[in-house]
Amino acid sequence: MGLLIKNAVIVNARGISRDSQDILIEKGIIEEISSKIPEGSHKVIDAKNKYVLPGLIDLHCHLREPGHEHKETIETGSSAAAKGGFTTICCMPNTKPVIDNEKVVVGILKEAKRVGIVNVLPVGAVTKDQKGEELTDIFELKESGCVALSDDGRSVANTQLTRNALEYSKMANMLLMEHCEDPTLSPGYMNEGKNSTILGLKGLPEISETIIVARDIELARYLKTRIHLSHISSGRSVELIRTAKAQGIAVTAEACPHYFALTEDAVQSFNTNTKVNPPLKTVDDVKAIKEGLKDGTLDCITTDHAPHALEEKELEFDKAPVGMIGFETAFGLAVTELVNGKILTWPKLVEKMSARPAEIIALKNKGIVEEGKDADIIIVDPEKEWVFEEKDIVSKSKNSPFIGRELKGFVETTICGGKVVFQFKQ
Amino acid sequence: MIGWKAGDLLDLRDLTKEDIELILETAKSFKEVSTRDIKKVPALRGKTVVMLFSEPSTRTRISFELAAKRLSADTLNVTVSASSLLKGESMLDMAKNIEAMNVDMIVVRHKSAGVPQILAEALGPGIINAGDGCRAHPTQALLDMFTIKEKLGKIEGLNIAIVGDILHSRVARSNIHGLIKMGANVTLCGPTTLIPPDIEQEGVKVTYKLEDVLKISDVLMFLRLQKERQEEKYLSSIREYTKLFGLNKEKLKMAKKNVIIMHPGPVNRGIELSADVADGPQSVILDQVTNGVAVRMAILYLLLGKKELVSDDLKGQGDS
Repeated sequence: MGLLIKNAVIVNARGISRDSQDILIEKGIIEEISSKIPEGSHKVIDAKNKYVLPGLIDLHCHLREPGHEHKETIETGSSAAAKGGFTTICCMPNTKPVIDNEKVVVGILKEAKRVGIVNVLPVGAVTKDQKGEELTDIFELKESGCVALSDDGRSVANTQLTRNALEYSKMANMLLMEHCEDPTLSPGYMNEGKNSTILGLKGLPEISETIIVARDIELARYLKTRIHLSHISSGRSVELIRTAKAQGIAVTAEACPHYFALTEDAVQSFNTNTKVNPPLKTVDDVKAIKEGLKDGTLDCITTDHAPHALEEKELEFDKAPVGMIGFETAFGLAVTELVNGKILTWPKLVEKMSARPAEIIALKNKGIVEEGKDADIIIVDPEKEWVFEEKDIVSKSKNSPFIGRELKGFVETTICGGKVVFQFKQ
Repeated sequence: MIGWKAGDLLDLRDLTKEDIELILETAKSFKEVSTRDIKKVPALRGKTVVMLFSEPSTRTRISFELAAKRLSADTLNVTVSASSLLKGESMLDMAKNIEAMNVDMIVVRHKSAGVPQILAEALGPGIINAGDGCRAHPTQALLDMFTIKEKLGKIEGLNIAIVGDILHSRVARSNIHGLIKMGANVTLCGPTTLIPPDIEQEGVKVTYKLEDVLKISDVLMFLRLQKERQEEKYLSSIREYTKLFGLNKEKLKMAKKNVIIMHPGPVNRGIELSADVADGPQSVILDQVTNGVAVRMAILYLLLGKKELVSDDLKGQGDS
């Protein structure tokens, strides 16, 4: 007995299916796609008037386990991801202990398997304990299940060490994901500019990001290797990446919903849920991020889902930790701002949130709804308008500046490995 | 709702020119009360004003306390040590506890920008910002404007220079917002490293030469230089700062004859102002302090008492 999705309009990165199709899923694989499959003894889901997409893939999130289970766990994070339409999520290594050795990786994978909701793929640290001093055992991390490397939360500050990390990881065919922030510029709590001046909050200048973007592009060029730039927030970074790509440098980059759906004006509320790193930028940056997504400069959309407990965020703005949750709003924000905003078509949206992320970390059987591929599928209502409300948040933490925001585009069903892991109930 | 209309004084950006004029006018009447033999009117009898300070401040706290007492309000001082946060109690917790004891006004000083605004949103009683981080110090700006008007008869059209560490100064920010609203021409003067980005968008001019402002200004407002700025590498040395941006008798010769010299205090004598200038005939620094009480009386009265001054409220307890 399998799972049969009837009347599906399939949206893949390469296009939207012309006629509605039936999709038969068996043993976690998409067994058959054709115009009419008999129901037989299969469990049937009717997708009439809905879109069927490959499950979303998030290259950048924080699950907080091990070590910070009061913020989020692999279980609560997986549930929130499934509700948001994600079937594969890559968790960053800034846990406690840091994901810098086989033991931690195995522990996470074991717990993710026990939870059994979505695919959890750990990202290992570049340096031991993310201290920026010694390289981790990169082959060990790869063999135990890490899909990429990052010291997320900070850049690899030392350029020589970054060079070595890039060269060494090339040998292991491991992608390095860089958090772009120059740590030698003094820290700030929001974007430096008009708003930081008025609000009297110490500003972090845009160049904090662009200096590392430029450095890393030069490293990738010189070393003839590739690099992935995480959560790009500045328009100037988009320009630098665009130029690099035009010159054939192997750089990939991502944007997060908050960098195209919010500006630094949001900080005027002193709502600490608007405090994020890199900090929210200006209207011009938002425009440039959207332009970068449109023309392909920015390859994908990630959430940078970063849960923090209420008592940690209910502090003075300068003292509160950085980050906001993102799993449950990413799809709605992307549809609202990018598809309805005429920046991306539906297939392009699927490219940014599923196909391209799969390609970047070389997941051969994901990111597409096609016979023989993994049955990671979501069914969405493209027209449904809804309001993101605090009471509906599944994540353990509620730190979102988008509470109360009206959105369009809604995830109804999430299927991961052939199993329904989320089903919206009225 | 928060802000002036809702009974809070958070930032001069919330106030209209008319609101500022009303405060200054009301303060004029209250100034006389402090010169009486019995320095007290019953206007706020039965009201409770709490001073919630998480940052050391002597003058501002004393000034608020005297202002409240001269209006017959009951006052209470609460000092929250910065370390209480580490013990798990937030400023918000502390303020909620105070609210639960039915107070009417909380005067807040905090080293993090935005705290008074967060408290105003969360709590019922009015909030007066007595200085938050580098963001705002509205009562200081109002007493500065009162002093300028008292000494020079007006604010509109005057050339006013603010000299020093603008980047870290809440006094400068509030004065900029207030003075621009009142029609003054404001020029900022300080080292390039201590001028905040995009400040020109607020309608001010910026110069790095003290000479430029000395010649044209009707008011010279100097800010306190925190000595940490040198350690933080904003400055090469205090010595060079004083050479470039400090005022002494010699440089004062370049200024207009009837210029007034202001400083929010405490003065680093010998750094931003030489002692003879700070104590000289042009200095109105102690007038600022005197006026602070009157201006804070006016603010408390307008927020807690009546929307505008009722002359009966200026009568002493024995007068009627």
